[in-house]
Amino acid sequence: MDSEMRALTNIAQDIAQVARDMGLDFYPVNFEIVPAEALYTFGAYGMPVRFTHWSFGKAFYKMKMQYDLNLSRIYELVINTNPAYAFLLEGNRLIQNKLVIGHVYAHVDFFKNNHYFSRTPKDMVERMGAHADRIHEYETNYGRDKVEQIMDAVLAIQEHVDYRAHIGPIKKSENGLKRDRREKGEGHVCQGKSCAGTCSGEAVQGLGKWDQQKKTRKNTVSLPYEDLWGDLLADECGVLPQQEFEDLLLYIIRFAPGLEEWQKDIVSIVREESLYFFPQIETKIINEGWATFWHARIMRELNLTDAETLEFAIMHSQVVQPSRLGLNPYYLGVKIWEYLAKTKSDNELFDLRETENDLSFIRNHLSGELVEELNLFNFRKVGAHWQVTENEWEKVRDNLVKQLVNGGHPRIVVIEGDYEGKGGLLIKHCHEGMDLDIMYLEKTLSLVQFLWGKSVALETVVDNKKYIYESANGIVSRRLVSKNEENGVR
Amino acid sequence: MADDIIVSRDDWTLHRKGHLDQSRHKEKVEEVIKQQMGDLIVDESIILTDGKKSTKIPMRSLEEFRFRYDFNKQNHTGQGNKKMAPGDIIGREQPGKGKGSGAGEEPGQDIYEAEVTYEDLASILFEELKLPNLDDKKRPLIAHDRPEFNDVRKKGLMANVDKKRTLLESIKRQAFSKKKKLNKEAKLRISQEDLRFKTWETRPNFETNAVILAMMDTSGSMGQFEKYISRTFFFWMVRFLRLKYENVEMRFLAHHTEAKEVTEEEFFTRGESGGTRCSSVYKYALDIIEKDYPPAHYNIYPVHFTDGDNIGSDNSRALALMKNLVEVSQIVGYGEILRTHYSSTLMSTLKRIADPKLRLVTIRDRNEVYDALKTVFS
Repeated sequence: MDSEMRALTNIAQDIAQVARDMGLDFYPVNFEIVPAEALYTFGAYGMPVRFTHWSFGKAFYKMKMQYDLNLSRIYELVINTNPAYAFLLEGNRLIQNKLVIGHVYAHVDFFKNNHYFSRTPKDMVERMGAHADRIHEYETNYGRDKVEQIMDAVLAIQEHVDYRAHIGPIKKSENGLKRDRREKGEGHVCQGKSCAGTCSGEAVQGLGKWDQQKKTRKNTVSLPYEDLWGDLLADECGVLPQQEFEDLLLYIIRFAPGLEEWQKDIVSIVREESLYFFPQIETKIINEGWATFWHARIMRELNLTDAETLEFAIMHSQVVQPSRLGLNPYYLGVKIWEYLAKTKSDNELFDLRETENDLSFIRNHLSGELVEELNLFNFRKVGAHWQVTENEWEKVRDNLVKQLVNGGHPRIVVIEGDYEGKGGLLIKHCHEGMDLDIMYLEKTLSLVQFLWGKSVALETVVDNKKYIYESANGIVSRRLVSKNEENGVR
Repeated sequence: MADDIIVSRDDWTLHRKGHLDQSRHKEKVEEVIKQQMGDLIVDESIILTDGKKSTKIPMRSLEEFRFRYDFNKQNHTGQGNKKMAPGDIIGREQPGKGKGSGAGEEPGQDIYEAEVTYEDLASILFEELKLPNLDDKKRPLIAHDRPEFNDVRKKGLMANVDKKRTLLESIKRQAFSKKKKLNKEAKLRISQEDLRFKTWETRPNFETNAVILAMMDTSGSMGQFEKYISRTFFFWMVRFLRLKYENVEMRFLAHHTEAKEVTEEEFFTRGESGGTRCSSVYKYALDIIEKDYPPAHYNIYPVHFTDGDNIGSDNSRALALMKNLVEVSQIVGYGEILRTHYSSTLMSTLKRIADPKLRLVTIRDRNEVYDALKTVFS
């Protein structure tokens, strides 16, 4: 161990102690110093080990270019596992690392205590490693192009899984079912309500299929987690009738007529990883704000030299620099936490970090004073210009909240799997005032069609008119659905 | 609590995952470029700059499609450095960029663009082309010698010392000697026996030459579009032939009822009027070949662009001369730029020549230049 490593170990110990004394509660952290190349790879893939796909290469190249051109710099990356892993950029100066280590401990505190992370498996590094191996095996067996084709399609809809699947059956977890499953490493992903939709409403045809599968599943273990679903499904069918099925990926795994088992496995891999990443997406502002808030506090407790204090101040101000037009999550987040700290005790702050996500954090705590202080405003495109439309604080707050719903993704639900009696898939965009990008819609729809194997239709609203887009045989067509006539043809 | 702190450092130099996936991304971008080749190669920014400096073509990276909100219809939230009032303009749409493409001033937009240089484009294009009838036997009258470093020896001129090999020898020698083990700090020494020298042989260097006879109909019916198409074709043709031949000459022959030689500028800009007699330019080309480019020593590529509106009585004479031209050339290209749908009589006349060296193409649209290139060079 060279002197730099020794110094870092000592610093990490000091900072851990300071953080603990201040009340932060975190998993053990393994720090590793990595070169920029490696750090940017992890940043692009979201994990040190992940399956191969060109989109990660694209992200990596973009991040690395920005680093090479000195446009942006990642100082650290934390992986939400137990123990947590934190990667520090090689060449960080000691004072930079002090700040970064404080930041890391606050992140890990957040991961450990925030409710939204409570169901993320803490061994995700190993799981993703196993996923990568499996995908590699499929590439060997079926060819890279075939795997890529499936992957392109699945990744396009990876957001459309049921992130709140755990809310429904949470009582069931009390009898130990949930915990047992997790410890066996069988995945947190497949519990609960997510299956309920398949046996209700128009999706009811799923039930029959399910029964068939259930009968044969002892002989053919076709899906990785299939045995998990059965009991929960049976329990909930009568309890939670619903018209819409939230989890598009799960529906495809279960009912896509043309997919082979290995292809379904790829869908389930992407689904599991998507569920793992979602809590990070929905707590970006609050989590970055929390970590920034605490690294500043921790630094004030350390005995810094004058030069270090200056350098820390410069670096901290870079982190919380307001961006010109967009919103810097670090800045917005830390401002709200600082504002709260003026009136609340530390214990109250710790309670908030347990229960809030970005959406509730903004909705509950972005005050008129803050909107005023931060010069926030709403804007939209008017003609060829981007124009400020509103600056009243409630409107700004509500607009931010609106964009945070469902992690910023449109909500897409499955309506039925036998559309027009021809085995087509009918999905619906739950329109909440924001239209979809039509070009993207059409391209994505054909990718869903590829997965489903038969035609796929999507109901949405464009300019206050209800349309159905249908992708069949690679051609996307559109028809207007008038309010009175269900099948009005345009 | 020292036990829960681990600081480590590993060797990541062999970690290539990001690069591997990036190269796959690049491959996919190239596939897309190939599909758009027809549009890209007629891009004016390339053709009109003469291709000497590398022109960059902005090329968006591959899109990752998903269901997403329409950015242009959304109500966004932003942050200003001063209080903003409703009605304030904070940015404008950048001209020249269509819907769905990023605009620099807009927040949150992905403005990443992979740029494809002219060289990249050329290499993708030329990958698909090949030179049929490439004739090695063509030799110029004079061959001059050229040194070629192809051997390493222990003795030689100090100026030609091979530093890398010399160092390797020195390391090898000292690794074998026992002294090294005794004294680890010993510096690397180069002794007389380590020296290695590059040596050369002289070889006769045969230059291969090619000449393009660019022939164009400049009669009244040939407009800007026709000239631009032929210009694009010649542009890529010259660049392609330069890969194969050390020396590519171009001669420009313009004709209506009579043929004459013109400069490149005149060739592409000046229009004339009058009828069309294609045989005149074929005769002129044959004369030039006879005078300046003996077929035994030159690879000859005559290419003729016209709208095919030839005087009927001239067709048989044109056919006869074209036969002669085909005989002495590597490939003859005959391109008809048609914006109507009838096929000309000259085209149907020339179709009687069965020799595969004569390549006949019809271009009706800008993006058919690519197909024409592929037809001629395949």
